Amino acid sequence: MSIPSAEQVAGLVAESIHQRGREPESLLQHLIAIQQKFNHVPESAVEALVGELGVARTRIKSAVAFYAFLHDRPRGEFDILFSDNITDQMLGSRRLMRLLCERLDVEPGTTRADGRVTVDPTSCTGMCDQGPAILVNGMAVTRLDAQRVDRIADLVQAGTEPVHWPGDFFRVVDNLRHPGLLLSAPDTQGGGLGTLLEKGADAALAEVERSGLRGRGGAGFTTALKWKLCRQARSAERYVVCNADEGEPGTFKDRVLLTSYADLVLEGMTACARIIGARRGFLYLRGEYRYLLRHLESVLERRRAQGLLGRDIRGERGFDFDIAIHLGAGAYVCGEESALIESLEGKRGVTRKRPPFPVTSGYLGHPTVVNNVETFLAAARILEQGGAWFRSEGTDKSAGSKILSVSGDVDRPGIYEYPFGTPVSQVLADCGAEHTQAVQVSGAAGETLSAPEFERVLAFEDLPTAGSFMVFHHGRDMLDMVRNFAHFFQHESCGFCTPCRVGTALLRDLVEKVAAGQASDYDLDEMRHVGAVMRQASHCGLGHSAPNHLLSTLEKFPESCRRRLRSPDYSPSFDLDAALADARAIAGRDDAGAHLEGET
Amino acid sequence: MSARKTFLLGDREIPFTPGQTIMDAALAAGAYIPHLCHHPDFSPHGSCRLCIVKVRGRTVSACTAPAADGIEVNSSSQEIQDTRRAILQMLFVEGNHVCPGCEKSGACRLQALAYEAGILDPHFTHFFPRREVDASHPGFIIDFNRCILCELCVRASRDRDGKGVFAIGGRGLDSRLLIESPTGKLGDSSFAATDVAATVCPVGAILPKHRGYDVPIGERLYDREPISRVSDSAVEKGEG
Repeated sequence: MSIPSAEQVAGLVAESIHQRGREPESLLQHLIAIQQKFNHVPESAVEALVGELGVARTRIKSAVAFYAFLHDRPRGEFDILFSDNITDQMLGSRRLMRLLCERLDVEPGTTRADGRVTVDPTSCTGMCDQGPAILVNGMAVTRLDAQRVDRIADLVQAGTEPVHWPGDFFRVVDNLRHPGLLLSAPDTQGGGLGTLLEKGADAALAEVERSGLRGRGGAGFTTALKWKLCRQARSAERYVVCNADEGEPGTFKDRVLLTSYADLVLEGMTACARIIGARRGFLYLRGEYRYLLRHLESVLERRRAQGLLGRDIRGERGFDFDIAIHLGAGAYVCGEESALIESLEGKRGVTRKRPPFPVTSGYLGHPTVVNNVETFLAAARILEQGGAWFRSEGTDKSAGSKILSVSGDVDRPGIYEYPFGTPVSQVLADCGAEHTQAVQVSGAAGETLSAPEFERVLAFEDLPTAGSFMVFHHGRDMLDMVRNFAHFFQHESCGFCTPCRVGTALLRDLVEKVAAGQASDYDLDEMRHVGAVMRQASHCGLGHSAPNHLLSTLEKFPESCRRRLRSPDYSPSFDLDAALADARAIAGRDDAGAHLEGET
Repeated sequence: MSARKTFLLGDREIPFTPGQTIMDAALAAGAYIPHLCHHPDFSPHGSCRLCIVKVRGRTVSACTAPAADGIEVNSSSQEIQDTRRAILQMLFVEGNHVCPGCEKSGACRLQALAYEAGILDPHFTHFFPRREVDASHPGFIIDFNRCILCELCVRASRDRDGKGVFAIGGRGLDSRLLIESPTGKLGDSSFAATDVAATVCPVGAILPKHRGYDVPIGERLYDREPISRVSDSAVEKGEG
């Protein structure tokens, strides 16, 4: 698309404001709509929003520069993003991306001169069980292979809009392999909400407390306590937020829960609203899952029609609650609850200082409960079946079950639900993993396990996990995983604090130095040094956990780095002869005398 | 006052009033904890992470952690000093800091803290980012090469000048200072020499034009005394 006219831009901005309102909090949603329509956020749109929303220009520009899916310069009519998680790479995504770039005659990261297409890598899109995956103008395409890449190249060349592409390209399947406590009965009759209204909010909260439910996002904060604290906080308004910003590489369970169990998730949110006294809720949906938007909107609409959302829910006078969906725009850090709230308010997703915690000061400064998709689903089930039912599975400290997203070198990737306390080896046996070298539990920020640790159990007291479970067989080079994660964290660091902003970049460069065969023992020590500084001094969990994969790989798979060392002591990070290339070019020389003798 | 509340900073007893942070109380008592993004006149920020201290086994930033009665605050262990040194080195390699050619030399807090920490070299590999200089304003220049993203100018302009001239945009290593004007240039903004934001920069990123080396190098604040003794208050009084 050529640069849109001022009238076109003004028209879309007016339409978006009509739809989403003129509160500054809606800024990000407007920007996403503008990006979708014009392939970028043109200067004229920035000016229009300044006038309409009354926000500063810098606030708009800082958001555009922060979110990976927003751009101030035009992307192609076809904006194609290759999911770049290590599991996608293991399925050949890098080769397929090169193939597509060759077919389309475009360089990764640059828009083709005719404005037709842009191809780029992007952080994990949550399709690891059916990768390699891409996003085409924000919509997910799965199971890519050379043949599909060929077809896509033809469709792009012909200018065929994605809505006219073969429907099978966009087919996303659940791959529900091992349903357990929560997932074995998919259909809800709203039983949880019924019990809640019958017995009252106090009894319902007591039931959640009895269940021992802890947050499923990984940190494991006791859900009943979170709800209680929010309920007790003094405020006229309270909010319920469902964190569906499932950005941890290798996790995709929320995708399945929102596809096939959306009613239970929304019921859990509604129950929470009743218990804490909230009238508004948000479902923060990661931009990568935009294809789920229409489905989720229709479920919300149906629930409103059924009297399960809106005014006087289930006929209960004064039980008013509704849910709005907010889209993310490509920022892993927004999975952290305070960054997510900032993003809900339309700002850059930078984590807040704590205290105060969101339960006392969250969305617009009001008490806010932020819970994971799975936590709300579990809460709905608990209200339906009782706390004792939930407690019947799991361990003392980790009640109930955990839903895992299994991917990598396994025969049957997909969703597996197990009681807490299940050993890693059990999961490996069930998903058909053979000759397993390593398991990355809980995503890039999680823990790298080697074979002697496969009897460790999934539980808050041993291996806490948000659900990502990536398997690597013996043929894999663990340095590939480390490189992938190091680049991921550098790309996703929000930039607020020094140790994470600079540390993630230093680690990325050190890892590349190892991969290039230029490193020495000194560099491995440097990684440990930088990692320790980040763990100790970073502002939030992203910086604390970003060095984990590297530090555990150095400890458990030392050979992956050691065998690439150039010398045992110290070697410079640059190639002196190569550094003189500019000088040679200027001098117009390339003879032997213009090269350093004996240097490589 | 029988119920005087205190905590220990090293072996020194620091009194505080409820609501004060560890940093507020320490600075008020004349005790120094290294910091760059903090300034007592502005809301705590917690981004530079230089003021990390250890309290009850946990590492917290002194500028955001509330003071509590009877706690022991460790600000001087070898571990904490090593981490602070690494953070300073990170700031040096992230930008382009050339002290000998900088008008702020001797009055720069980044430089002063580096001296204090015994830094002799930047240790890490330089990133050498390409950043521009904004000289569009008649009275002031912004050298983005030296910006350490402390957001003091952001807070000063927003909270004290009521202007909101500055903001931070982008993310990660691409984070940068943005200027609120139609062109993004300082000269087209409402920034004025009388703004509080014109004087808060702890480094040489925001500098007045037409004035240089009024106080000769060698006679400036941190040339005379280490930052741990004079803190940063004198800089605000114009002695820098």
